[in-house]
Formats: sequence, structure tokens, C-alpha cells
Amino acid sequence: MHGLKTIMKKELADHLSSYRFLILFALIAMVSLVTAYMAGVNLSKELEGIAKPRHVFLMLFTSAGIRISLTQFVALFGPLVGLVLGFDSINRERNEGTLVQLLSQPIYRDAVINGKFLAGVAVIAVMMVSIVLMITGLGLLIVGVVPGLEELGRVALYLVISIIYVAFWLGVAMLFSILFRSMATSALAALAVWLFFSFFVPLGASAVANVLAPSTAEAAALVRRAQLERALSLISPMELYSHGTVAVIDPLRRTTRSLVQVGVLEQLSLTRFSGPLPLDQSLLVVLPYIITLVALTCVCFGVSYTAFMRQEIRSL
Amino acid sequence: MAAEAVIVTEGLTKVYNGQVAVDHLTFSVYEGEIFGFLGPNGAGKTTTLLMLLGLTEPTSGKATVVGIDPTREPVKVKRVVGYLPEHVGFYRDLNARQMLRYIAELNAIPAAEAEARIARALDIVGLAQEADKKIDAYSRGMRQRLGIAELLVKEPKVAFLDEPTIGLDPDATNRMVELIQQLSQERQMTILLSSHQLYQVQRICHRIGIMIRGRMVAQGPMERLAAEKFGIEGEQHTLEEIYMKYFQEA
Repeated sequence: MHGLKTIMKKELADHLSSYRFLILFALIAMVSLVTAYMAGVNLSKELEGIAKPRHVFLMLFTSAGIRISLTQFVALFGPLVGLVLGFDSINRERNEGTLVQLLSQPIYRDAVINGKFLAGVAVIAVMMVSIVLMITGLGLLIVGVVPGLEELGRVALYLVISIIYVAFWLGVAMLFSILFRSMATSALAALAVWLFFSFFVPLGASAVANVLAPSTAEAAALVRRAQLERALSLISPMELYSHGTVAVIDPLRRTTRSLVQVGVLEQLSLTRFSGPLPLDQSLLVVLPYIITLVALTCVCFGVSYTAFMRQEIRSL
Repeated sequence: MAAEAVIVTEGLTKVYNGQVAVDHLTFSVYEGEIFGFLGPNGAGKTTTLLMLLGLTEPTSGKATVVGIDPTREPVKVKRVVGYLPEHVGFYRDLNARQMLRYIAELNAIPAAEAEARIARALDIVGLAQEADKKIDAYSRGMRQRLGIAELLVKEPKVAFLDEPTIGLDPDATNRMVELIQQLSQERQMTILLSSHQLYQVQRICHRIGIMIRGRMVAQGPMERLAAEKFGIEGEQHTLEEIYMKYFQEA
């Protein structure tokens, strides 16, 4: 165990003192602060005259500041943090000859990859928590709302899901750093996967759904098409994450499906009762997505783990 | 030599993608000696070292290091063996002291003890002045000496040195050879030294093994190898002559 702790400590120190991390953190903090500020200003304008607004605090995260809200921003660009932290984690050590050096010390081989992954997750957690705390502070200043206990619970849950989501991308990046010798190749491969899943899958899902289930005037066909598109887009971890967080952060959301797909009775209840859901009910709505996301992260790290354990260490 | 065998291999074989890298290697290294491990590039020396460290699994055959099977208990072996690879890699952003501290931590050496060992090691290898400079700025000779410092901090029973003098200028080579001798004499380390610099090997090694195409074609003290090949007792031959003779016949 001491090996794991030692390696994790060193990796953490490396991350936190690297320029790469500082630049990334500055960038993300800036964007999220600006977004939250804009959202806050918009919110206080909109809320003027409303007697007793509810869940204002959570709207800081979901209402669009400059075109996109913070949650959308994390969904889209959070993966970059994971990729940047992981794309050269193993192959850099291999190229510089430090991997053999490290592995010839009395530690288990998996301590290396576990330590690196855990250090990455810790960095991601620090980043996400501090961003959310900054926004909370700003929200208190601009909007003047104090979050209730439930709202805090929702934000905490949102944080956990976001960390898992970014950790998934860290796992992807580490996998490429194991598979490819060259750091440029692994960086490009990771970027390509990110682009594919975050931009092409959502676009492609709509195109493929159009071909497989052309929309006609018929209601059944419309529903079929919507279902198909949704199923296809869920291949993308970004979609999974968006679906997984939407009901957590927004208590007024009672389903993650679009209106077309919702059955008659459900539609009726949606229009009749528009109050917010309690936290545990919200959680129930998004649980399948969260579980899938966790499973994906585990699978991704598992593949990296086995690849690393089976790789021949030829000193080069 | 009446000493106990520290490294023993029996029919050690490694096949990479159908290519035999190490072919039924059988040899032993005795306690406290410096064993010169010679052979052309690609003869399988590094592969053998990696198998002895438990970093690569042998295809067949057996090996023990200080009585431990490296395939079964790699961590235990790595506790008693220090390895200086051919291309030593260090973290460029660290300085020598931090690097040695990291190695000490990985070996679970208590902090106070580690600091004492690090100071002593830096002194011995002559890096005390440069200990707070980043390794990035080190010359090749300094890096190799830092590699020796790592061994001094770890204090293993056995040290594998893979081409420790490669690419060093004559002065740096001499310093390196002296340090290796010091490891052997003052710390009683058993040393497996792979090198192409036959003159240096001849100077410090007690016994020699010549490995060609995955096979150990000869092993023993230099005088014996000379007598076997040239047949005349008492005649002086340099190691180079002996090595070339074996190499041409193989």
C-alpha cells in the first residue's frame, strides 16, 4: 500500500505544480465565473416582482449566462480536463525511462496506474468543488439567496456525478497513453474520441433516426423516431451525463424524456402537478444514467488496468 | 569461490513473438562478486536482467535471486535488488535530492534514516554540490552517478548494472568504475555488470560470462576462459582477445 500512497502523492504534486493544470484551471474558473455572473444578473432581473421564487440557487447552475449554462459547459468541456490530465501519464514515463526505474522498486505494478488514476480524480475533484464553491459565493453576492439544505444536497450530488464523468475521460486518456508510445498520438486519439462522442454522436443520432424512421404525420411514427434518436444519442457519455444531471440540478424536471415520448397519463400528470420533486424522487429519475456512467468509467479504467498489467516492459 | 550462490538460473528461456531472446540460460553468481555479463547488442542480456527482476515472465526455466523466485514474488525480489537500467530515466523536474527521496519512500525507508542515507550517497558520488539543481540540467555522467546514489540509498544486496559506462567520457568512466568497485568492497553488494567496455570489465570483474544469441557460451574467471580458448597456461591475454575468439566461434 505504501507504493500506492507514495505514487499518488507524487502525481498529485506534479499535477498541482504543472503549468498545464494552472492554465486549465484559470481558463475554466474564468469561464464558469463569467457564466455564473451573467446567469446571476439575468436571474435577479427575471425574479423581480415574483413573490416567493423557489430553487433560485440551483438556477445559477442551469440558466444560460452567455449562451450556455454551467452544467452544459461542464458536459461539453469537462472531458478536456480529464484528457489533459491523463493523455501522457504512462507513455511519458515510458519514453523518459522512468517507468522501468519506478517498476524496479518494491511496489506492485498496479500501484503505478492506480496511483496515477486516483491522483487525477483528486485533482478533478478539487477543481470541480472549487468552481462550484466560487459560483455559490457569487450567487450569494449577486442574487442574495441562501441555499437550503436540499439544494445543497442536489449540488453535492451534481458534483459527484460530474467528477465521475470527468474521471471517465481521464480513464480514456490513460488508456490511450498505455496503448500508444507517442504522446502526440495519444493526445490526438483522445481528442478524436471526445469530438466523436460529444459532437458527432448527437448530430449523427438525428440523421440516423431520420433514415431508419422517417417522420410522417402519424403520431406513432413521430414517437418511434424520437425514441430511436434518443437511444442512439445515449451512446455518447456526454448525453448520459446531461440526462443524468438534469433532474438532479433542476427539481422541476420530472422526466428526462421529451414531451413526444411521454405517455398520455404521464402527460396529464405533468400538466396537472407542476411542483418540484423531492431529491430522492429526482434521483430515481436519473439513476439509470448515473449507473451507466459509473459502469462506463469502471470498464474504461478496467481495460486500462489490464492493458497495463499485461504489457511487456522492454527497456527502450 | 566458496561463497554462496546469490543468483541461480536453470534453463531460463524467453521467447518474444516466436523469437528466442534468451535460450536455456544456466548460470550462477556468487555472493560478493562482480560478475561481468558480456555479449553483443541484442544477445538477451537486458531481457535476462528483466526476468531476474520479475519485470518480465520467463517462457520456461527457473531463476532465484537471494533464494526468491522473481516470477512468483516480484516485490520481494525488488526489495533486495537494485537495478540501474541502460537508459536511466529520472523525473526532469525534480532535483537529485527529491529524486532520491522518492526512491527512499518507494522503498519504505523511514524519513530520518532516508535523509541520512541521501546525504551520504550524494557525498560519495560527488553530487552534494549539485543536489538542489534540477536533473534536467545534469550531464550524462552526473545522471549515471545519480543512478549509483539511488543504489546507495536503497542499499540492496544485489545490484544489476546495465551498461553503466555507456556514452561516458574517459574520466567519467573511471569515476564510475571506482564507484562500482566501492559498492562491491564497502557494501559487499553482489554486482551483475553488463558492459561493452572490456578493459574496464577486466579490471574489476571477478568472473565473466559471455552471452551470444541468448546462450551463455562461457562463464568463469578470466584466466580460465583464456586457458580454455588458447590452451596455454599462464599466457597473458586481454579480455578483448578472449571475447573476440568466443564471438567468432559462435
